Amino acid sequence: MQNPWIYIGLFVLVGMFIPIAAIAIAAFLGPKKPNAIKQSTYECGIETVGDSWIQFKAQYYIFALVFLVFDVETVFLFPWAVALNKLPLFAVFEGIIFILILLAGLVYAWKKGMLEWA
Amino acid sequence: MEFWKDPINTIFASLLKSFTSGGMSEVLATILIWLIGILLFVTFAMVLDIFLVWIERKVVARFQDRLGPNRIGPFGIFQPFADIVKLLIKEDITPVGADVILFNLAPIFSMMSVLLLWAIMPFAPLMVGVDLNVGMLYLVAAGSIGTLSVIMAGWASNNKYATMGAFRTVAQMISYEIPMVAAILVITVLAGSMGAVGIVEAQEIPFIFYAPLTFIIFLISAIAELGRSPFDLNEAESEIVAGFHTEYTGMKFGLFYAGELLHSFTFGGFIALLFFGGHRFFGLEELGPIVGALIFIGKALFFYWVIMWVKYTVPRIRIDHMLAFNWKFLTPLAFILLMVTALVGRLFLESNWLVPALFLSNILIAWLTVEYLKSHARKEREKEEALKPSAQMTQH
Amino acid sequence: MQITQILFLIFAAIILGSAFKVVTTKKMIHAAFWLIVTLFGVAALYAMLNAGFMAMVQIVVYVGAITILFIFAIMLTRKELLDSAAPLNKNWTVAALFALLSFSGLFTLLNNWRGFANTAPELSADMDTITELGTALVTPNAYLLPFEVASVLLLAALIGAVYVANEAKSE
Repeated sequence: MQNPWIYIGLFVLVGMFIPIAAIAIAAFLGPKKPNAIKQSTYECGIETVGDSWIQFKAQYYIFALVFLVFDVETVFLFPWAVALNKLPLFAVFEGIIFILILLAGLVYAWKKGMLEWA
Repeated sequence: MEFWKDPINTIFASLLKSFTSGGMSEVLATILIWLIGILLFVTFAMVLDIFLVWIERKVVARFQDRLGPNRIGPFGIFQPFADIVKLLIKEDITPVGADVILFNLAPIFSMMSVLLLWAIMPFAPLMVGVDLNVGMLYLVAAGSIGTLSVIMAGWASNNKYATMGAFRTVAQMISYEIPMVAAILVITVLAGSMGAVGIVEAQEIPFIFYAPLTFIIFLISAIAELGRSPFDLNEAESEIVAGFHTEYTGMKFGLFYAGELLHSFTFGGFIALLFFGGHRFFGLEELGPIVGALIFIGKALFFYWVIMWVKYTVPRIRIDHMLAFNWKFLTPLAFILLMVTALVGRLFLESNWLVPALFLSNILIAWLTVEYLKSHARKEREKEEALKPSAQMTQH
Repeated sequence: MQITQILFLIFAAIILGSAFKVVTTKKMIHAAFWLIVTLFGVAALYAMLNAGFMAMVQIVVYVGAITILFIFAIMLTRKELLDSAAPLNKNWTVAALFALLSFSGLFTLLNNWRGFANTAPELSADMDTITELGTALVTPNAYLLPFEVASVLLLAALIGAVYVANEAKSE
């Protein structure tokens, strides 16, 4: 087999099958006596108050955005890291410039107070 | 003798011969044998998971100066089986208004993301599922599937606390992925390859001596990725009930819980792989792949114990401290380490001074960091002193 | 039919079906989850082409970061988590006509493209594609300038986001 990803595909199938089998066995074996109190959502033992929505902090979005920028950066750095020791010396400096530009962005976000959980 | 040198390939070849002699085409026979092999492998992982529950309970008991389960079977070894039977016969309660498909998919994805990691873990160079040449990126991708399952669980439960817990868990997990990937990048630079087997082969001297500070950063980020203490604010039981898996009962909760333990063990395996030479042990692994596999499992259990040690010793960290620690300390430190390791590693590439140079550069960076933290703390303390009333009185 | 063709058709059906559900589903959060299915399908297509690095990048960046960003944005802008809207508005006939016209235009263009007759060059089995990619990224003759410009682009995205968030905060 030339393509190693066939193995991963089979692994995904088996990996989904085993938990599904576990849940199916549990659904088969367990009692089924639904009543209104059991099925209500849990709020520390008292009745729920208000709709099920919460005021979502904008801070989560900022963190996800900074994470996205750094995630793409590390994806670019992976081929550089693999090929590094086979390349001439200036390849190291090119990668260092890449990282420094993005660290400057991180420091900017830090100074502007974007990394506070306030 | 052939068998001991290369167990998996010999079994594969003999099975293939017996299947094709029965008349099946080779492609179909290969896929069938692979399927059987994967089923056995995953079953082994799940059985190991059961014993991890027992290990966890015994170890936490010893840390807390008590005995732990010791009634069922010798040393309580059948306790997890009793737990599984209990979880299987519990009632499956789906809260009203919950999104049924997503509610059921979340524990499946959570368990699947852990089992997928077992495909690339090399127990020995000849005993690996498949040696992907993008192994380390595959590790990060499996982590993102886990993050996805947390969002699914939190949203589908139709419960304020579950949703809040899910968002905080996801914010924590994605934040700590960056120093973890930077640490993996350091290892990739040193090994010259992203594949798991390539990294193990490149470790004549274990990478812990090349990059000790990176090991500490990877350990901290891995514990935060797993969602274990001291970063377990999201299942902080007394604060927001049980976080994103509040509404899960029975086996679905069991899948989340067992998945977390198996994930910890898998990360112990990856720490052994990346920093401590995988299946190597002073030449003992030459005896054969099976000995190598046992050495690997032993090292993975040792690092799983280290992760548990941290969990049961250190108190919980608040979420704003946790995120500030990541973005303001770990991420810059990890990238600075990457730059320094790349430069020093390249300059000293073929010489004998590679390991001492890298080790000394790590010590230098650690010392500079401690000095910076001390001066930062001193400045903060002086600011506090200036605000106190006694200082203000003497300033008149 | 070969096995690869069957697999390709299955994955293409998954991608198109879930993309259709993204656009037509009633609840916004379900749209995000159908998008995840589409992205997994695209990653599977990359893996079928033996482009392992691209498949992993697809999952790490798209599923692991961009969909989480989408989900956070949906949570931030909807008052209720169970938001649902009508899938079609009153201009849907004109929109359908335009969609059909652009689809037939693209189809005619691609039909007349001769590039489909080329086969991809055969790579030797032991070539390390990632090292080649890394070498190409930092060689001045190859892709060095786009590599560095990419980092400046990411920096610009970060600064832009910080600026917009600051404006929103100070209001």
